[in-house]
Amino acid sequence: MASLTTRDELDKNSGLEQENLEAQESARSRRRFGPFFWFPLAWLGFIVFCAIFADLLPLRPNDEMDFTEISIPPWESETYWLGTDLQGRDILSRIIYGARVSLTVGAVATSIGMFFGLCIGLLAGYYRGWTETGITMGLDTVLALPALVVLLLASVTFGGSLKVVGISLGLLLIPAFARVSRANTLNFAQREFVVAAKAMGARDLRIILLEILPNVVLPVAAYGLVVVAFAIVVEGALSFLGLSVPSPVPSWGGMIAEGRESLGETPHIAFIAAIVMFLTVLSFNLVGDALRSRLADLRESAV
Amino acid sequence: MRYLFGRLMHLLAVLLAVTILTFMLVNVLPGDIAYDIAGLDASEEEVQAIREELGLNRPALVRYVEWLGGVVSGHWGQSYRTGELVIDAIMTRFPVSLELVIIAQVFAMLLAVPLGIVSALRANSKIDRVITIGGFFCLSVPNFMMAIILIYVFGLWLGWLPVTGYEPISEGLWVNVRTFILPAFSFALAEWTVLTRVLRADMIGVLQEDYISMARAKGMPMRRILWVHALRPSSFSLITLLGLQIGALIGGSIIIESIFALPGVGRLLIGSIFARDFMMIQGCVTFIALAYVVVNFTVDMCYALLDPRVRTARSHG
Repeated sequence: MASLTTRDELDKNSGLEQENLEAQESARSRRRFGPFFWFPLAWLGFIVFCAIFADLLPLRPNDEMDFTEISIPPWESETYWLGTDLQGRDILSRIIYGARVSLTVGAVATSIGMFFGLCIGLLAGYYRGWTETGITMGLDTVLALPALVVLLLASVTFGGSLKVVGISLGLLLIPAFARVSRANTLNFAQREFVVAAKAMGARDLRIILLEILPNVVLPVAAYGLVVVAFAIVVEGALSFLGLSVPSPVPSWGGMIAEGRESLGETPHIAFIAAIVMFLTVLSFNLVGDALRSRLADLRESAV
Repeated sequence: MRYLFGRLMHLLAVLLAVTILTFMLVNVLPGDIAYDIAGLDASEEEVQAIREELGLNRPALVRYVEWLGGVVSGHWGQSYRTGELVIDAIMTRFPVSLELVIIAQVFAMLLAVPLGIVSALRANSKIDRVITIGGFFCLSVPNFMMAIILIYVFGLWLGWLPVTGYEPISEGLWVNVRTFILPAFSFALAEWTVLTRVLRADMIGVLQEDYISMARAKGMPMRRILWVHALRPSSFSLITLLGLQIGALIGGSIIIESIFALPGVGRLLIGSIFARDFMMIQGCVTFIALAYVVVNFTVDMCYALLDPRVRTARSHG
């Protein structure tokens, strides 16, 4: 009797396992990196390359005005690939130099937010108790501030520049990163290998840096890519209002604002910058999202 | 009760932090406001007198406490530029901002509910995936870019709607609402994606409940099941999110209001920033933060009131 039931159960179990495996397999193939990962990644690589080597590329200076060709759309000009803007400046060159602004703000703000957010999140997730209460309270306060308003104030107060926008946006991003890092830390803080390290008498700092951090850093970094997209949007909004980098310096938001003045006659000025910005933001979102679900997959299969 | 008290203390702490931060940032603004008011050819004594009159030569802490006391008792100060009372200026513009946010949320709901239902009903189907990917695209368009696209397509190309400007409600309801359509869609076309995702997730759970199978088994038409029996229990987080987004939109309305020239609080703030009218800046920022925090608080409270699980889970955790 006993052997029969076990036999039955075994059969059932193996059947279930088979089903499980199949389900896992199909889930994995659904999440395998497809064109929605590789195309955005290629675009990002291209944009980053152009931004870094902008000075070495055979581009016209981005502030050179050509008064013989003003507001020429790309399809009517042979010398200017993407046409010229209201002051006869080369749009291609301005787009590429504008990428520098957007990507720098994206990278600087995200790095600042990620570094401090990780530190705070690790501490809150590891120590719990009143440390955690205090930290969450502080984070909620910052999150309650309307971010764009604070940025407006900061750039009016300290003058709009790459440094001011990058740093103040970075500070505002800390709470979001801290929340994600804390949630991830909580997942690992009670796991066997952490308990084992504690039992062996490892110091807290060692446990946090060598046992927990390596597990937390990847999901946080994947989240960081989505945050870069957000930072680019916010910088775009600021420069659209004319409160980011000062006027002659090209920026995508600024170009959209300039093109808006003559939207009816020469829509290409606003829309070229808008399309490039859209593609970049979309690419960061897609790549970040794909990496995040892939990492979640890896962790599931590891458990 | 303890939960309510905790949340209330938190609300006060946040508000205090907002006022401190605003005051600090505004008061280190470059340029002495007294010089601006006195004019270019004023003598040093005149400038000094104005400083005295405005109380600018006293320590910042004293001025902060005084201003805070004023804010609490409804005296938000006076614009140095126009002499307008800050609280009056905000109150005449607030209805415009509020109308914009409400119309935007209505549009977002009109998009989100049907799409959310469809993608929950046909989860993981082709149409569900199209909606998800479409959402990703919409979410990657910043609202100022969306505004430009809408202006170009519906204002300049098709010529269906006014591009900028504002008509008061006294000119007629349609004339008034017409001016809000494009600005509201600039928000709604990004907003619906988040709402759809939440509704989809909740509804997939609800559709697996026994009473749905029961309703189906007794032959109730699918349309009625979806709209009456499944939508109500699934719309819980949707409504919460809708409330929370109102707070976010109040902050986001700064750009949209200035693009479409709507005389709301956001546009007042931008104007004051460029004019360096710092009493007005202080007032606007405090007001926007106040609206944001109070909306979030109210939504939280309603949520806890309606769903006892939240109350206990949060006060224990």
